[in-house]
Amino acid sequence: MSDHIVRAYDEDLRDLAHRIAEMGGLAEHLVGEAVSALVARDTDRAHAVIAEDERIDDMHAEIEEKSTLLIAKRQPMALDLREIIAAIRISHDLERIGDLAKNVAKRTIAIDDEFRQKRLIFGVEHMAQLAMEQLKAVLDSYASHDDHAAGVVRARDEEVDAMYTSLFRELLTYMMEDPRNITLCTHLLFCAKNLERIGDHATNIAETVHYIITGERITESRTKKDLTSAVTADGIAQPDLSD
Amino acid sequence: MDMQVNDAVGQTATAGHAIKMRGEKVSVHYGEKQALFDVDHIVHDREVTALIGPSGCGKSTYIRCLNRMNDTIPICRVSGRITLDETDVYDPSVDVVELRARVGMVFQKPNPFPKSIFENVAYGPRIHGIAAGKSELDEIVTTSLQKAGLWDEVKDRLDEPGTGLSGGQQQRLCIARAIAVSPEVILMDEPCSALDPIATAKVEELIDELRENYAIVIVTHSMQQAARVSQRTAFFHLGHLVEEGRTDHIFTNPHDQRTQDYITGRFG
Ligand SMILES: Nc1ncnc2c1ncn2[C@@H]1O[C@H](COP(=O)(O)OP(=O)(O)OP(=O)(O)O)[C@@H](O)[C@H]1O
Ligand SMILES: [Mg+2]
Repeated sequence: MSDHIVRAYDEDLRDLAHRIAEMGGLAEHLVGEAVSALVARDTDRAHAVIAEDERIDDMHAEIEEKSTLLIAKRQPMALDLREIIAAIRISHDLERIGDLAKNVAKRTIAIDDEFRQKRLIFGVEHMAQLAMEQLKAVLDSYASHDDHAAGVVRARDEEVDAMYTSLFRELLTYMMEDPRNITLCTHLLFCAKNLERIGDHATNIAETVHYIITGERITESRTKKDLTSAVTADGIAQPDLSD
Repeated sequence: MDMQVNDAVGQTATAGHAIKMRGEKVSVHYGEKQALFDVDHIVHDREVTALIGPSGCGKSTYIRCLNRMNDTIPICRVSGRITLDETDVYDPSVDVVELRARVGMVFQKPNPFPKSIFENVAYGPRIHGIAAGKSELDEIVTTSLQKAGLWDEVKDRLDEPGTGLSGGQQQRLCIARAIAVSPEVILMDEPCSALDPIATAKVEELIDELRENYAIVIVTHSMQQAARVSQRTAFFHLGHLVEEGRTDHIFTNPHDQRTQDYITGRFG
């Protein structure tokens, strides 16, 4: 894409993309830290995540402000308009991802560390890996304007959802095995739900990337694979876990 | 070109309104120099069509073909076919004066006659023999000024010269003058370029109201204006109609790279 006649316009747009990249990096970092803190039961690290989340909120506010100003100042059209709308949307998703990482950190602090059973956390760690891969891949697709890569992220969301469903069953089994696991497993269940939603936000971002590049919205309703409401223990339907 | 096929499909598919005018393979030469190349374009009834494109791309040339304003330029030669309700406007049997009443025009610079406000509006109906008597003429002048959103501002001074009005008022007077002869199509060549934002907003509001009864074609250099007032937009470049389509689509997701570059301010 060639440059604008008004050079400052290009700089404004570059600045916006740069801010999204920076915010994305921070969101990735927070999710990683939150998961590490959980696995290591490191409450100091968890507190750091909670504190750092404020940075993300600030960045979100700044991006919104810059975008609003850009719209007022440049009256963007076509691709430029889509870039700016996309920045607003993506920063919103990243802000939510920050909140979800913070929720995981709060759970880490709340977890009573009596039952240090490594195997219970294993599944959540595994799921976190996948969610972080999704987040990294989608941020890369944004940076390189790669519609194909964004499509791969969208397709892979099902995997995150499927993993969540199986993790849900697994944690349920642990709880039934030994009631002393219940508190920890409940916390882990919420953590898993947060990670699943991080995956959803990564998918939102992938849809936004597709919109930037093609100008088209994804119309097919996303296949929602949260089947946990169908998983029952002794025929009792499970409530939706929204943190 | 496959672009044009797309456009043709788009035009019929989205056309909620009947075809009012149609240009087919319209080419224009000024002497040896070709200014328009095989333009195929449709003007729908009761819709605003915006013509955009860089300076010198042929917008004015094209709009002037629609009511044969180009006839007044000796070196200008028009080929192809232009129809108004299926009649060829370049057919020798067509009365050009009558054509220009049916296809009225508003220019970039407001150009009221050096006469009273009343006479500016009454002139057309009088020469076209539209009004039967004085009271009918009064009626036409009043309703035209009302439709042009100017009535309240001038009703107490109809005898004052039209040239004494502000630029924005003069432009609305010219619109009233165009409306007075009951046109079917109104052509506007940069009607707001000499107006301040408030006067521009009033003209835009007026265009939006006029759309209920007329087909309107407007040339504008303001992308925002095109986006605000029109339902369809045609982008011209170097004498070619590059892309035509629904306005909301052209300004968010144009097909052609040249359209994209132009509307986003990448070349001028
Ligand atoms: N009367 C004329 N005699 C000779 N050439 C002309 C005449 N009018 C227009 N042209 C030429 O035809 C081409 C198209 O001009 P036209 O006025 O239609 O462009 P435009 O798109 O309306 O530009 P602008 O946005 O500056 O009004 C230009 O190259 C111009 O120089
Ligand atoms: Mg012109």
